[in-house]
Amino acid sequence: MSDASWRPTAAHDALKARADLLRTVRAFFDGRGVLEVSTPLLAAHAVSDEHIDAIEVPGHGWLQTSPEYHMKRLLAAGSGPIYQIARAFRHGEAGARHNPEFTLLEWYRPGFDLNALVEECLALLTPLCGAGAERHRFRELFATVTGLDPLTAPARELAARAERAGAPAGLNGPQAVDYLMAVEVEAALDPALLTVVEDFPGWAAALAQTTEDRDGAPVARRFEIYHRGLELANGYQELLDADEQARRFERDNEKRRASGKPPMTADPYLLAALRAGLPPCSGVALGLERLQMAVSGAGRIEQVWAFPSERA
Amino acid sequence: MASYSTSEFKSGLKLMLDGDPCSIIENEFVKPGKGQAFNRVKLRNLKTGKVIERTFKSGDSLEGADVLDVTMQYIYSDGEFWHFMDPNTFDQKPAGADAVGDAKQWLKEEDMCEVTLYNGEPLSVSPPNFVELEITQTDPGLKGDTAGTGGKPATLSTGAVVRVPLFVQEGEVIKVDTRTGEYVGRIKN
Repeated sequence: MSDASWRPTAAHDALKARADLLRTVRAFFDGRGVLEVSTPLLAAHAVSDEHIDAIEVPGHGWLQTSPEYHMKRLLAAGSGPIYQIARAFRHGEAGARHNPEFTLLEWYRPGFDLNALVEECLALLTPLCGAGAERHRFRELFATVTGLDPLTAPARELAARAERAGAPAGLNGPQAVDYLMAVEVEAALDPALLTVVEDFPGWAAALAQTTEDRDGAPVARRFEIYHRGLELANGYQELLDADEQARRFERDNEKRRASGKPPMTADPYLLAALRAGLPPCSGVALGLERLQMAVSGAGRIEQVWAFPSERA
Repeated sequence: MASYSTSEFKSGLKLMLDGDPCSIIENEFVKPGKGQAFNRVKLRNLKTGKVIERTFKSGDSLEGADVLDVTMQYIYSDGEFWHFMDPNTFDQKPAGADAVGDAKQWLKEEDMCEVTLYNGEPLSVSPPNFVELEITQTDPGLKGDTAGTGGKPATLSTGAVVRVPLFVQEGEVIKVDTRTGEYVGRIKN
């Protein structure tokens, strides 16, 4: 341990900016009649997502990777619109833009379709970031930057294209699309704008509804918002069908097993809540540290987070 | 040797890559949305010194390299090998010209050096940051001169050539920064 490692990595101004940001967010939702809630950080079940690993607390369960499941249970119980400023934990996610413990601003809007939620996100973000917005469909944006259609290009072409951009060999189609999205497409976005990317590929639906795009290709009712090269927010028109949710849990676990990860038990509470009836709604999770980084121009998360995992 | 998953990657970690021991310089975690995560890693090949960039799928693992930095005393050279001794165990290791590299021009008997061992054999040698060496040859300079006129070359007992101020004379012992190869000062006897 070096002598100075007890010190916070974020300057005092960054701590103040965080406090201001939290106040602004609370005032925004208060003004719109959205209820602030608190749900458990430690619970018996965690997500089954192939690419998100929860941290296990032996004897207790799992630290939550997002408050999504508990918030959906509140919605199914008739909470109405809700938001939460929640800590979230993800194993192995550490780097310039990631810390294993971070803060999500997550909110759900019964009766909103995806477009209404995108508009609300921009109403929050536009003044905070002092930036205008543009919207793109995932498929067209990806094709413009990489020259390949992410939905129809053969997997080997996508993998070869990713390898030319420095990816490891042997990626499957979705992995190659993920790589190119992170390395080339995100880098090509205008950093001065808030960029909304909509209609993600169907395989990337997670907990979003799926539909068909203009050409009949399966796409997810999902969007992401980027600013200054940072991915800020990820939103869904939420899946309501309990049986489809159960199938996605199962498919997630097949993928987890195939990549050598332990399967996760499907959360029976979430499935029961969906059976009882989740109101049609859209929801979004926004990384608060990322937002503060974008607003302040910080290049590393520890500039806005006082004690990153190496010092915590 | 243990293997290390990408989640354990950090700078300084020694790994085997393409059959050579490497040290991580930088590890950048890249994760698009909820998709596949990657680690973009910059490594130094410890044999060649070359810097390599490689991207791994997060969750992949690499075998650790049996690489150890130890402080050893330089004892002598037989012309082919430079011999180092562990001052605690008195264990001796011969290092070849490849391992000693540019360090050899700074090696003075009994000086303590950082020796990087790979599978127990010297892979590279770092001389002390400062060494004190005798000048064996330099042109006579003007007496009253002070540093700042560009100086003159001086050959040291190890064969190294450094620039010294004009007033420094043959037979004097000087202190040199081995990282820059620059003269630091005279050592008064």
